[in-house]
Parts: sequence; C-alpha cells; structure tokens
Amino acid sequence: MDQAARRIPVAAPVGRPSHARRTGGALLLSPAVILLLIWSLVPLAMTLWYSVRRYNLVDPTQVGFAGASNYVYLLTDPDFITALLNTAILVGGVLVITVGLGTLLAVLFDQSFLGRGIARVLVISPFFVMPTVSALLWKNLMLHPIYGVYSAMMRAVGLTPVDWLSRYPLATLVMIVSWEWLPFAILILLTAIQSLDAEQKEAARMDGAGPLAQFRYIILPHLSRAITVVIMIETIFLLAVFAEISVTTAGGPGVASTNLAFLIYSRALLQFDVGGASAGGVVAIVIANIVAAFLLRAVARNLEA
Amino acid sequence: MATVELRDIRKTYSDEEIIKGVSLTIHDREFVVFVGPSGCGKSTLLRMIAGLEDISAGELLIDGVRANEKGPAERGLAMVFQSYALYPHMNVYRNMEFSLRLAGMPVAERRQRIADVARILQLEPYLDHKPGQLSGGQRQRVAIGRAIVRNPKVFLFDEPLSNLDAALRGQMRVELATLHRRLGATTIYVTHDQVEAMTMADRIVVLRKGVVEQIGTPLDLYHRPRNLFVAQFMGSPTMNVLPAHIVSVTDHAATVTTGPLTVTVPVDAGSLQPGAAVTLGVRPEHIGLDVAGAPQGLVEISERLGAATLLHVRLSDGRQIVVQTGGDNMNAPDSAVGVTPDPAHCHLFDADGAALDRLAAHPLQVGS
Ligand SMILES: Nc1ncnc2c1ncn2[C@@H]1O[C@H](COP(=O)(O)OP(=O)(O)O)[C@@H](O)[C@H]1O
Ligand SMILES: [Mg+2]
Repeated sequence: MDQAARRIPVAAPVGRPSHARRTGGALLLSPAVILLLIWSLVPLAMTLWYSVRRYNLVDPTQVGFAGASNYVYLLTDPDFITALLNTAILVGGVLVITVGLGTLLAVLFDQSFLGRGIARVLVISPFFVMPTVSALLWKNLMLHPIYGVYSAMMRAVGLTPVDWLSRYPLATLVMIVSWEWLPFAILILLTAIQSLDAEQKEAARMDGAGPLAQFRYIILPHLSRAITVVIMIETIFLLAVFAEISVTTAGGPGVASTNLAFLIYSRALLQFDVGGASAGGVVAIVIANIVAAFLLRAVARNLEA
Repeated sequence: MATVELRDIRKTYSDEEIIKGVSLTIHDREFVVFVGPSGCGKSTLLRMIAGLEDISAGELLIDGVRANEKGPAERGLAMVFQSYALYPHMNVYRNMEFSLRLAGMPVAERRQRIADVARILQLEPYLDHKPGQLSGGQRQRVAIGRAIVRNPKVFLFDEPLSNLDAALRGQMRVELATLHRRLGATTIYVTHDQVEAMTMADRIVVLRKGVVEQIGTPLDLYHRPRNLFVAQFMGSPTMNVLPAHIVSVTDHAATVTTGPLTVTVPVDAGSLQPGAAVTLGVRPEHIGLDVAGAPQGLVEISERLGAATLLHVRLSDGRQIVVQTGGDNMNAPDSAVGVTPDPAHCHLFDADGAALDRLAAHPLQVGS
C-alpha cells in the first residue's frame, strides 16, 4: 500500500517530459503538415465552395448561391450516369485484362527459355511510354482505318477495315489502357512468383499436382497479395484516366467514351460551367473514397493473413 | 513391400558429373541414410530417386520395376524437405489433405486417414492452424504427416532436422526412429550429420564428391572404416590420425611408431615393409591415460562434458591428439600425461588412405 502510494508521484514526472516532447515534435512536424493541408485542403474547399455557386465562365451575370441545384442538375443528367457506367467499365475491364493476362504472362516469363532477358525487357517497355504518346500511337499507327497496321492486316486477308475508335470507342480504350498497364501487372506479379519457394512447387509435384493444379493451389494463392496490390494501385490511376480519352475519342462519339474525369473536364473547360464541374469533382471524390475504403479493407485483410 | 535399386546412377550438370555412378539395393523396411559433407551430392541423389531431377545415366528400380521415366507422383514415394515446404496458405489439415484430394479420395476416407496420422504425430490440436502459427518442431511433424497420409512405398527425407535446435533435434531423432519402427516403411534419409546417421540407420551410405565411399551398418563403419575419409567422418569426437612408420611386420600385426608412441596393431599389413609410411588412426575413446609410465605430452585444454572429459594433449613431437576420459578425470591444463592407445582399436591406413584389414573383430559387429 505504502509502496504503491509512493510510486504515483514518481510516475507523474515521467509523463511530463514525454508530453513536452510530443508538443515539440508536433511543432517540428507542423511545416510539412501545414504545407500538405494547404496543398490538399484548399483545392478541396474551393471545389466544395464552387460546387454550390452559380459560376459560368462565359456568363458573368450568373452569380450567387446555387444551393444543391448544381448537384441536382448533374445527378439527373443522363450523361452523368453514362460517364459513371463508362468509368466502371473502363476500370473493371482493364483490371480483368491486366490481372488475368498479367498472371498468365508472369507464369510464362518465370519459365526459362531462350532470350528470356530480352523478352522481359520488351514486355515491360510499354510502361515507359507516356499515356498521350501511346494513345496517339494506337490511334494513328495501329488502329487508323486507312493507314493503321491492323487495317492493313485486315485488308491483306480480304476483310474490310474497322474504324475501331468510332465503332467500339470504349472497348478500344479499354484495350489501349490495358496495353499501358499490363507491364506493371507483369512486373509486380513476376517478382512475386520468383519469391515462391521452389521446394513448395516440388512438394506439390510429389503430392501429384500437375501444372494446372500447381497453378491453382500453389501459385495463385501465393500471388493473392501481389494481385491485391496491383488491383489497388491500378484502380487509383484508372479512375482518373484522361489523356487517352482526350487524345483518341474526346469522349465521343457523343458521350460513348466519356468517363467521370473527362465529364468534369468537358463541363468546366468545354462548357465553361465551373459550378457544375465542381459538383462533378465532389461526386468523383466521394466515389474514389468509397472505392479506396473497400480496397484498403481488402488489402489490409490480405496483408494480415 | 518396397525395395529401391540403384544401378550405376549418374548425374551430369552441364559437363560436370555430380553423381559418379552409384549402385545400391535398399531392402524392404530398411532405414538407409546417405551421409557426407555438404555438396557431395546427397540431395541430388535423393531428388533423382524422388523424380524431381532427371537421371542422366543408369537405372532406378522401385519394387523391381524401372522408374526412370515415371513422374514424381507415380513413383509412390513421399518426401520431407529441409525447409518443410508446407503450403503456407493452407491449414495443417489441408496441407495433409492436398495429395489425397488430388488423388480423388472420398472425403470421409481422407478425414479418417488424417485423423489417424494427426493422432500418431500429436497434431490434433493444430489441425486448423496455418503453418506460420506453428513452431519448428510442429512444422516438422506436419511435413512428416503430409508424407505419411499418402501411405507411400518409400519415405525420402532431405536433412529434415537441420533447421531445428539441438535439443529438438535429439527429440525428433527418437520420434523418427520410433515412427519407423511403428510404420516399418522403407526410408531413405539424407543428412550431413554423422550422429543422425549412426543413431537412426540400419545401413549408412557414405558419399564423397558423388562417389560411394562405403556402405555398411553403423558399427561396421565405426569399427571397420574402409578408408581415412570414412574413419574421420564417422564417430564423434573425430578419430585422431597420426602419420607413422612401420617398424616391424608379422603375419597378424604391424608395429608402428609415431612421435613418442609405438603401437602393435593387429592388422594384415599385406605387402607393406618396415619403413613404409602409414597413418595411424585411433579414436579418442580408445586412448587410455598412463599414470605410471613416462609422460608423453602435456594437456592443453580439457573439455568437461560431465559424463566424459576430452583432453587435448600436445605430444612431445608437437602433434595434438584428443583423449576421452571419464568425467571425473582430474587432469588440469599443463599437467603431463602418458597416453596409451588400445592396440585392438587402432586403425592403419596405407599411403593412399585405404585401411589395412583389421584382424580383431568387435563383439557387437555384424558381419559385412
Ligand atoms: N541445378 C544444378 N545445376 C548445377 N549444379 C548443381 C545443381 N544442383 C546441384 N548442383 C551441384 O551439385 C553438387 C551437389 O549438390 P547437392 O546434391 O545439393 O549436395 P548436398 O550433398 O549438400 O545435398 C553441388 O556441388 C552443387 O553445386
Ligand atoms: Mg542437400
């Protein structure tokens, strides 16, 4: 009893320096934190502010509060629903293709074959091409209905060339963006495959697992973490695909290939409706956060195991 | 019934021959240990038997049937790897179930088998643990369980105990020996540790650089090593070897001298003449201390193991030998001692390292 009573005053001074140290630490951290806050909070606040304002760049008479009308106008706009759907298709399509194909190719590139080093460099190289450049490359060099490589190939076998970007704009965009992101998926997944313990595969062989069973029960579970990481990183970037759309289809025909990012751009800088664009921006932030929350939870669970 | 026969098995990796012709017959229910220093090709040999490596030349017969071309699963063998190679995302039950599931065994039968094996290996409380949640010894048991559930013809072990600490290793050694007695399965066990080989094997195969140096029972190898390499590799502490000269030769013994020691060893000296250079080998446990006679060396270090004491003695000619004495031996460092090798337990090796035939048989020794 006596001892316990005496211990309390001893404990108190221990707490005080650590408290002081914490304030000191916070003080030293503050420039970085404040800079970051300005960096992200000010644009966010301005977006929120504009989204409830009447604000059109070509009509200075439109001023004052709009209330929720910018949001109502946006959410009831059929273009917005289309853009939302297009975003989902673009993100989902590219994810399926890059992760699916990426896993298969990673397994293939893990085998030893002649010229594997060169092949690996080649398969990674699209990642180093800028989005605008690769979009131009696909649009003019590969898919152009008159002098594109694919058109030439189709003509060579007697088929009529297809104007891919106007006939199947969204599917073509999915293809182009997948081409850009496949190397990333392969890179991550190949590294992950190479960390698989060779004795595990041998144990599976002894247990009677053929190549398919090994893939299904050994390699795929081993890759699950890397796959989650690929999905998360790609999703963040794919939600904001812009350059490819701007260069190839400009969101068209109509709004057939307009995603959320491009819709906001077209509202603000093609229709000069800053208020409406800001409302779109806020909606995009909300969506991105919902997706991020789901992904983070999935990743956290996967990394824990 | 499960026998394994190796006929002049060879392995070549890009022009370099790693296994240089191994021939061996492993009988049903036999526990055979491949032992040798690191890099001598033990794992390679085992992996060829398992079917994980191609056999470059020679023939492998399992139960009398050629198995060179069979895949690892078709050979009916099970292997325990050094790293255990458990499937990390499956729990213990699923790890053991994997091969049965792939073989299409009905669920009820699988459950029964796994329950039996888990009971034998005391793994019942851990069936839904993932390998990452288990200790080294438990992982080891899961790896063994995964091998047992398949009911294989032959068990293959590749240094299964080398990732365990010394105490656990001793315990697992006993468990493995008990398990072998209980299951009676033909077993091939690879290790670089001669203690494991001596304690568990029915027969030991000593390998060096892809060549079989000697095959025999543990006591065979201990008492009648065929050459200097086997003599020094088997037994702990290591056999003392001293360069010596032959003084005189009779029909049933050769007298040799080395430094302050002269020993008459009961061996068949063959064509060796007096003056020939030989190597005298004598194990620390076969050297006595001579209190009465003139001192022949100084104790440099005494290692007290409790049950025994290892005296490192510097002989008067400068060579060092190890003498094993009782745990109560009082000799401190720097005390002068006389040493007397037991002639009946001395070994002589000719200039090429080949052992001269020993004429004194050990009572326990099984004829080779
Ligand atoms: N895949 C391989 N390619 C070339 N050399 C190999 C290969 N695997 C093993 N070796 C060589 O074969 C020799 C024997 O290896 P190993 O059987 O693993 O020895 P250990 O007796 O230690 O198990 C070593 O010298 C090793 O370098
Ligand atoms: Mg090895």
